[in-house]
Amino acid sequence: MKNKILPFSVIIIFGIIFFIFYKGLEDSKIYTPDVNIKKEIPVFNIKEFFSGENVKSSGIFELDKFYLLNIWSSWCVPCRQEHPLLMNLNLENKLNIIGMNYKDNLKNAENFLKELGNPYKEIFIDLDGTIAIEWGAYGVPESFLIYNNEIIKKYIGPLNQELVDEINLFIK
Amino acid sequence: MKYLKFLLIVIILFPLSSVNAEENDKRNKITKNLRCLICQGQSVYDSDSEFANSLKIVVDKKLQEGLSEDQIYEYFKNKYGEWILYDPGLNKNTYILWLLPILIFLIGGAIIYKSFIVKK
Repeated sequence: MKNKILPFSVIIIFGIIFFIFYKGLEDSKIYTPDVNIKKEIPVFNIKEFFSGENVKSSGIFELDKFYLLNIWSSWCVPCRQEHPLLMNLNLENKLNIIGMNYKDNLKNAENFLKELGNPYKEIFIDLDGTIAIEWGAYGVPESFLIYNNEIIKKYIGPLNQELVDEINLFIK
Repeated sequence: MKYLKFLLIVIILFPLSSVNAEENDKRNKITKNLRCLICQGQSVYDSDSEFANSLKIVVDKKLQEGLSEDQIYEYFKNKYGEWILYDPGLNKNTYILWLLPILIFLIGGAIIYKSFIVKK
């Protein structure tokens, strides 16, 4: 009986280790953020794009209105792809699209808007990328659907027609 | 007079540089424990990506605001989740990670005790 304990324990320990490693294989090794978040929007000060004035975040988002905060940049190719969709979304009266220009050259950003149109109600500048971190973003483009000072949903990467339909369902 | 000026400059600069060095050490320690989310396998300290550079600025700002190391980790955990930390705390997702070595140690100890010490 005593002789059997040792191999038996070894098998059990290997079994546990195998199980843990096997489970680990199923997990994604790529950062997959939670997109359905109900989080309060962060508090920050930011510069307005055209006037250069400092604005408090509390003065940007009003209660009982839908906002889509879109982080964009003129050097970001996927931003170019999603821009026509934002222009279409802008036609929805219920949605206010706010732009946050990320680590960009202001001249290039202005040219980008001249070329593709300006769907934004207001645009702000995040020159060093720190405000994007306040939002929990990690790249461009990223969009946040906001209602009553709460982030309802986070869209990572460029928007597509399917996601735009989803946004339209939310704001109906 | 010259010596006095020199002494004054040394007195003024010395504490400043040591404070800066201390803050740099702290910043490096914190950024080494933060995962760069877009260049995985690298810490924020090692990475030169846009995201990592912004994160370094935020760490600097938070240190200047007087936040402690743990408060800064808590801040980033709140924004990006546990995944951003290289050294995760004990919670329901990580308890196996923390407890397994202890468990294996105890089982191993029991086996050694049974088969070698009790046999004698």
